[in-house]
Amino acid sequence: MLAEYLPLAVLAAIAVAFVGLSLAVSSRLGPSRPNPAKRAAYESGIIPDPATDVRGSRFPVKFYIVAMLFIIFDVEAVFLYPWAVTLRDLGWYGFGVMAVFIILLLESYYYVLRKGGLEWD
Amino acid sequence: MSAAVLAQIAAEPPGSAEFWVFLLIGALSLGSALAMVLMRNAVHAALMLVLNFFTIAVLYAVLEAQFLAVVQIIVYAGAIMVLFLFVIMLLGVDRTEPVTRKLPGQGPLAVLFGILLFGALSASVVAPFIGPGSVCGAAAGVDAGGGGLPCAGLAAANEGGNVEGIGALLFTDFVWPFEVTSVLLVIAALGAIVLGRQDEKAEDLVDVVRDPANPPDEERR
Repeated sequence: MLAEYLPLAVLAAIAVAFVGLSLAVSSRLGPSRPNPAKRAAYESGIIPDPATDVRGSRFPVKFYIVAMLFIIFDVEAVFLYPWAVTLRDLGWYGFGVMAVFIILLLESYYYVLRKGGLEWD
Repeated sequence: MSAAVLAQIAAEPPGSAEFWVFLLIGALSLGSALAMVLMRNAVHAALMLVLNFFTIAVLYAVLEAQFLAVVQIIVYAGAIMVLFLFVIMLLGVDRTEPVTRKLPGQGPLAVLFGILLFGALSASVVAPFIGPGSVCGAAAGVDAGGGGLPCAGLAAANEGGNVEGIGALLFTDFVWPFEVTSVLLVIAALGAIVLGRQDEKAEDLVDVVRDPANPPDEERR
């Protein structure tokens, strides 16, 4: 049974090995001639200010809303997959069940839209 | 823990491929979970959690729950981790919780409730394997005499395909929990908006403070 997953395991092993090898080879063979300009962090041409460094600063809460809404509709999509696979057997009953599910979620989608949850500014 | 006990948990004979995968991935799962708790940097802890999600996906795959394995990666490793990282970024990576004891006797209480929680979780894991419900009833075709719950077995459950089996059960026998999930997601969406839209809340506060003629209503949000 697990033999079915062998290609996946090989792919994962190749991916890990490729990353590891690339890092090792570039650190071993690549010339290292640092200068101040090379060592500077590049942020779209703006010299990064330590005070507004990413590690010290906070992200706007807008990212949280987008991530949360993404999860909600991601979970909805997850339910759609087994539903789509079994829809032929379930017939109109299955359609109705999913319609209730989606209409309930559409309500929240409408609420989010009206509250401006998807507007960035 | 001896190899025989582990093999029983994995329901596979020692030496089979499933057994070794379970041993390796189980150890990796425990290790990454411990590392997640012990990491000092919150972002490193989040990365350990990603590793943990992947190992659990592999365990699902070993249990022949392919759909759950894929969903585990898509939803947990994909979406929920993004949310965790955003929350870490919202709070700032370098911020550390001040280690102050706010409640008297907080330390001993934490130990006590930790032990209680561990006991409850252990009991919930072990109980299905020692009670009468652990024995398959007549529905499996073989009545073991334990009078247990009817169960079908892995081969029958996955007969028409894993996803087909989930769909056939989810939208018939478990249609009520399925619809309630929708309500749960609605609550999550509303919560995100209510908590996240700070501008409205700030305006409300200003209104309350600047309008003495209109006393603040305790019920109002």
